[in-house]
Amino acid sequence: MSAEIKLLMGNEAIGQGLIEAGCQVAAAYPGTPSTEILQAIIDSKDRAVEPLHVEWSVNEKIAFEVALSASYSGKRSVAVMKQVGLNVAADPFMRTAYIGVKGGMLTIVADDPGPHSSQNEQDTRLFCLQGRVPVIDPASPAEAKALIPAAFELSEKYELNIVLRPTTRICHSRQNVSLSEPIKLERTADFQRNPGRWAATPAFLPELHRKLNDHLTKIAQEPDWQPKLTAGDGSQPRTALVASGIVYSNLVDLLEELDLSNTIDLYQVLMPYPLSPNFTEKLRNDYDKILILEETYPVIELQLAHRGAAGKETGAVPREGELTPDVIHQVLANFLDLQQPAALPDERRGQRPSLCPGCPHRAAFYSIKKCFPKGIFPSDIGCYTLGMNLGAVNTVHCMGACISQGAGFYQTYQQDGDFPTIVVTIGDSTFFHAGIPALINAVIQQARIIVVILDNATTAMTGGQPVPHMGVAAGGKKTKAIAIEPLVTASGVGFLETCDPYDQEQFEALLKQADDYIRSPEGGVAVLISRHGCIMDPSVRKSQESTRISINDKCIGCRKCTKAFECPALVFDEEQKVALVDQDRCIGCGTCIPVCPVDAIVKEEK
Amino acid sequence: MMKQQIIVSGIGGQGVLFLTRVIAQMAVNRGIPVLTSETHGMAQRGGTVLSTIKVGDFASPLIRAGQADIGLLLWEANLEVHKGLLKSEGKLIISAEKDGEGERIDATGIAREMGNPVLSNLVLLGFAVKQQALFCKAEECETAIKQLAPQKFVEQNLEAFQKGLNS
Repeated sequence: MSAEIKLLMGNEAIGQGLIEAGCQVAAAYPGTPSTEILQAIIDSKDRAVEPLHVEWSVNEKIAFEVALSASYSGKRSVAVMKQVGLNVAADPFMRTAYIGVKGGMLTIVADDPGPHSSQNEQDTRLFCLQGRVPVIDPASPAEAKALIPAAFELSEKYELNIVLRPTTRICHSRQNVSLSEPIKLERTADFQRNPGRWAATPAFLPELHRKLNDHLTKIAQEPDWQPKLTAGDGSQPRTALVASGIVYSNLVDLLEELDLSNTIDLYQVLMPYPLSPNFTEKLRNDYDKILILEETYPVIELQLAHRGAAGKETGAVPREGELTPDVIHQVLANFLDLQQPAALPDERRGQRPSLCPGCPHRAAFYSIKKCFPKGIFPSDIGCYTLGMNLGAVNTVHCMGACISQGAGFYQTYQQDGDFPTIVVTIGDSTFFHAGIPALINAVIQQARIIVVILDNATTAMTGGQPVPHMGVAAGGKKTKAIAIEPLVTASGVGFLETCDPYDQEQFEALLKQADDYIRSPEGGVAVLISRHGCIMDPSVRKSQESTRISINDKCIGCRKCTKAFECPALVFDEEQKVALVDQDRCIGCGTCIPVCPVDAIVKEEK
Repeated sequence: MMKQQIIVSGIGGQGVLFLTRVIAQMAVNRGIPVLTSETHGMAQRGGTVLSTIKVGDFASPLIRAGQADIGLLLWEANLEVHKGLLKSEGKLIISAEKDGEGERIDATGIAREMGNPVLSNLVLLGFAVKQQALFCKAEECETAIKQLAPQKFVEQNLEAFQKGLNS
């Protein structure tokens, strides 16, 4: 049978690889750059030859634990997340290293050097070193897919969870990738009770820890996972280049372009932890000078502890940001004493991202800022982070932090007497992910804050994954809907209102009522649900009124609509000094109309 | 073996990703290796986005400064941001209303007349093929568009491509 070759994004290739390797339970929480992995599994579920449960879990910890039990039962499973998602899943992840697994289990953690779409550029390989979990660092989409069957085998041989770590440039690259028939493992769920292992108390842990260390020593010497050498021609004696992940691929192309391929010993490290002791030994004996290129932290470099190493620790390689081909060129030129590359053009940032034209969050943020110009505005992770463009987002930290941070601001300010109005904004998906415990805490600690739940009925930033209150699970499957309101009420919140932010007058009236409530003697946490579907959803756009909007000659050029409201469909004509509507981008929602102080923004007559 | 390094530049929502896929699919259809990199996530919300496409025997999808053979720009203002990726003899194909650097076509204007400004991506592709800038021929583009476009948009997409090709 001939293999089918398809153009696949790295994430799609990984998803297909999981199906082909007989993975039967796949759980994830969406997060750039990892999201399309689970989506690919959902879209190609028909290819699976055995039952396959796929779920968008409420958060990464839950995804990990669901996959873990599948593995305890002897089946192959995967948990998928972005790098900061592993922080959320850290608790079960760390213990799993000791307890181990039965059926093959992979945790796929997508890192984001740069970062492009994350709150930091932490390195999952270093996390794995701390957690004592083997980690694989693929150099291309095709390689990421090709390594999956072997990774499952390794997981089953040693009964350990294995991490596959792609980075943004693997996840969001496309390549010719071959598909093959999924294997049939014919396993039935068979959980073997063993409390000394699955419920291990401290009494059992020293032995489990000893076994883990013994396994790590053996894994480091597994022949299939040793660093791969492309030998040089001897013209650069006792010198080597060591690289892993996409940086290795960048280096291969660069050497080719500089006509240096096969002139210098080049090692690709497939498994940065546990690092092969034979490799470390060989580098110490055979080379005086090595250059180590890896993203983002010096994980290989620290383990090698080579006397002649040049890397992040020695300052030869930048310690932050992506190791792009241009960055590597400069590093390599310094290391090999090559001709210095031409100076790079000044980096320019281009157009900043904004909330979409018609985005309900924009209307909500504008009203919040208008009602409480001196408020403190903790916000969270999602599209609505872009509320900072409207001055209505002051802090963004990590999933769910805004509610606890809001409560923390309140506790600190109220010690000194008066407190500013604190308006927290959190998306619906983020609320379910990590907002609920924080809300309960804010209530019992008697914080006086306004929590605005921006409910757009989807996980918008990552492309519209389902949320628990819509009654839809992965792949459109119907399920029970968990409404937000009863959760809020059950958390002890004394003020709860819901409003479409497109109705600015009503929304602002409710914000003021909420402020009165938090300042009243019996006041506490006030919740306002800002409810309007995400405008990226075509059915939302179709269902709402759309009128052609224009700006008439009353415009005084005050820029309130282009700056304070910041809709990308409103542009400022620098020559005429007036605002204009970009009809290509305007969706005719009319939320900008009340913003104009001179009523120059109008609906055109039909 | 033929090698070509291409950048596609625009802002989120303009169809940069679709254009990238069409070009890469043509390489796959020819049986030659291809690698792309794309912008996803936050920047897709109307911010500057860049795709790189490397056709031929490459290991990495990223393009160094001064190495791209062709730049397809859907957003003229990105010229200042991404021009540095092009070779000095590299070809610039730009969607713009006004005259200026590179080969230009008002792709958005043409697409707007067709009733959907987002079709500018395929108008620009047609124009690039007309300029003989890309490694592929018109028929190959049409095949790839048919493979990748949702069924109900195929006709409209092909028409946009033709408008660029025959401009």
